[in-house]
Amino acid sequence: MDTVIQMLHITKDFPGIRANDDVTLDLRRGEIHALLGENGAGKSTLMSVLFGLYRPEKGEILKNGKPVHIAGPNEANALGIGMVHQHFKLVHNFTVLENIVLGVEDIRGGVLHLAEARKKVVALSQQYGLMVEPDARISDVTVGMQQRVEILKMLYRENEILIFDEPTAVLTPQEIGELMKIMKNLTAEGKSILFITHKLNEIKQVADRCTVLRKGRCVGTVDVADTTKEQMSEMMVGRKVDFAIEKSPAHASGKAALRVENLNVRSKRHGKLLVNNVSFTVHKGEILCVAGIDGNGQSELVYALTGLAAAESGRIFLGGTEITLATIRERNNAGLAHIPEDRHKHGLVLDYPLAENIILKSYHKPAFRRKGFIRFDKMYQYTDKLIAAFDIRCGQGARTIARSMSGGNQQKAIVAREISEQPDVLIAVQPTRGLDVGAIEYIHKQLIAARDQGKAVLLVSLELDEVLNVSDRILVMYEGEMVADVDAQNVTAQELGLYMAGSRKGAAV
Amino acid sequence: MRRIQRLLGSAGFGSALSSVVAILVGLAVGFIILLISNPRQAVAGLGTIAAGGFSGGMKGVGQVLYFATPLIMTGLSVGFAFKTGLFNIGASGQLIVGAFTGIYVATNMQWIPGPLLWLVALLAAAAAGAVWGAIPGLFKALLNVHEVIACIMCNYIGMYGVNFLIKNSNTYDSLKNQTVDVAQAAIPKWGLDKIFFTMKGKYADAASVNGGILIALALAALMYIVLNKTTFGYELKACGFNRSASRYAGINEKRSILFSMVIAGTLAGAAGGLMYLAPAGGQHITVVEVLSAQGFNGIPVALLGLSNPIGIIFSGLFVAYISQGGYYLQRMDYMPEIIDIIIAVIIYFSAFALLVKNLIASGTKKLAISREQAAEEADK
Repeated sequence: MDTVIQMLHITKDFPGIRANDDVTLDLRRGEIHALLGENGAGKSTLMSVLFGLYRPEKGEILKNGKPVHIAGPNEANALGIGMVHQHFKLVHNFTVLENIVLGVEDIRGGVLHLAEARKKVVALSQQYGLMVEPDARISDVTVGMQQRVEILKMLYRENEILIFDEPTAVLTPQEIGELMKIMKNLTAEGKSILFITHKLNEIKQVADRCTVLRKGRCVGTVDVADTTKEQMSEMMVGRKVDFAIEKSPAHASGKAALRVENLNVRSKRHGKLLVNNVSFTVHKGEILCVAGIDGNGQSELVYALTGLAAAESGRIFLGGTEITLATIRERNNAGLAHIPEDRHKHGLVLDYPLAENIILKSYHKPAFRRKGFIRFDKMYQYTDKLIAAFDIRCGQGARTIARSMSGGNQQKAIVAREISEQPDVLIAVQPTRGLDVGAIEYIHKQLIAARDQGKAVLLVSLELDEVLNVSDRILVMYEGEMVADVDAQNVTAQELGLYMAGSRKGAAV
Repeated sequence: MRRIQRLLGSAGFGSALSSVVAILVGLAVGFIILLISNPRQAVAGLGTIAAGGFSGGMKGVGQVLYFATPLIMTGLSVGFAFKTGLFNIGASGQLIVGAFTGIYVATNMQWIPGPLLWLVALLAAAAAGAVWGAIPGLFKALLNVHEVIACIMCNYIGMYGVNFLIKNSNTYDSLKNQTVDVAQAAIPKWGLDKIFFTMKGKYADAASVNGGILIALALAALMYIVLNKTTFGYELKACGFNRSASRYAGINEKRSILFSMVIAGTLAGAAGGLMYLAPAGGQHITVVEVLSAQGFNGIPVALLGLSNPIGIIFSGLFVAYISQGGYYLQRMDYMPEIIDIIIAVIIYFSAFALLVKNLIASGTKKLAISREQAAEEADK
């Protein structure tokens, strides 16, 4: 097998942090080469260097043995390098076909000609098994199809080297299976794939070789067939990782910490009930998980509980007091903490430094306020404490602007803030989305530690592994209703899958 | 040496440098216009502009301070709103509403003893500006009407409303088509006229500067403290950066929007009071259908000062300084319109300070990297 791309001694600096430090990587023709690393390890930076988005401070890139200079995505394209970004770059009110030809469209006499492009796209989609509807609008198709459109964009430009930046983060389990098949097909046809991920199962499934990055440095490249998952995760994190979470049985006291009665939330847009007559109780000392496929009313349920949106009817009790009509501040003060689903929209003020984000919910308390002034010394002390306790990595310490931190460390900052507030009830919505195994392990342990201290945890998760590993009791939400209430010990993934798909209804909640 | 290096590397210095560079670019373009309109006197003309208020000696400096006062105030108004994520394009209307209210109080409440009258009138002006700022604030907070739309409407309503009220009240001097003298409520000089004057023969020709500039400086310091040191400012800025996250944190974001606009309106209203609570020879509101320029000039002043209250002091002084330079340019062979264009161009380019700041940031980074590489190669 010959080598198509070599990246030699790449070094890339950002203010206060060296994102890539002397990283070397080679990609062979027809292989799937996984790039594994924790959040902030420098995977995306390295690929952005290859795609011409960043100029490296040092190092060079060889294509077929010849040095190349990649100044931008257009040069990368000309060299046959294509990239599917984690967040797709598609025009939502264009059709699939229009998106694929955008930028290389066939224009004669000022008129767009799509007939030949259509033939080529259809041929490509059949050749590689990429099912798309050429005339559907992007806004109307599933996330999985949007991703296939992105892949077709690369194939249409006859790219040979395909970069996938965490392609499975947005997909359902079925779609992930399909994507794996497609990737295999692509390499069978002679394409080479660089596959950024931190999911070890996927690497085991499809990748030939795997390069591991840790804190910007290259730890090594291994053959996937000869390496166990445990070995790879150890390379990535730098220590042994427990996959099975050690968890003592719950000591649910039977005392209700959060009680919901007949809650209804109606959509403002189309008047449908998004949360339909939901009742449940979270007890002190237990982790109750709300499982379900994305978009079945979990977000709306959480908004109603935390006060971000109003419920239409029903009652919510925190401890013994009713909070149905309480403001967000009142709920927070009463002991409700919330790790939000969207960390950029709700969780952080991205333009504030880390320290200001750490006190986002407590700045008004005497610990941080005196006579209307912020107690900066206390704020920095407290932040430094949390940075150390929660291993938040940031270039300039407490003064790091939140926007410049990696996603995993942003999430750690939010978790640190919410747990350190010592709440009675912690609502955690997808707390580990997009994180690496080290960070996931850490956050799971924190949730369990909170439970063991007698707090009530309401976990909303889409990941079956997380649901089964972390929770004590599981509710399944389907189309706004709770369709199952099961003990986490006595349920299998298959059963949960059936509940989540709505094909089975369990014991009435 | 270390200290100097740290100073040069600090964020504050970078911001100041970017503003200075923007000003130099503005001056260069202004020079081109000078060359086109009158090449013979272009160099001398540029010198006059650059010399600004200093062409007129101490009186000139005093005039600069005098004209800078309302600019700093409206700059603070716009800058404060910027910091909290709002674009207060309504400073013009808030200023004129404040000015009229101040004059009305000064004319009709003369039972208040002299030394207090100006203060009561100024507070009334600020309060009226607050109300005029609260209107777009309420629309934004409760109905999500964009503040730019509401502010522009309020500018016109304010301007025409004040014209109407002047003509139909005892504040109208119909002979001059302007407001009456309110010398009894003029802002006190606080001894500044004893500093800023030039001798004309035996007479001291004092500048128009008054205590307003000191009030403006104090308010700038106050705004700096509010924005950077208090939890109130923390809340307002958080809402400006990210409304959703502020809501999530339990901050009442509707109240914050309203407060931001009220404070911005207060500052602009006070600007109106400081401008028009003047002695007999000072400024009067003339009944014309033109929006107040000082209100709009607050926008470039805020941009040039990067919305930082301390920066706004300097940018307000600069704009007044360069305008005063333009005033002295009339001594040469330049049409007043050309002078206005040149001044506008300089101010316009100055507002690119933010762009220059980013350019400088990327430039210094590249420099640091190439230095590091050179050092490493030297090691080899």
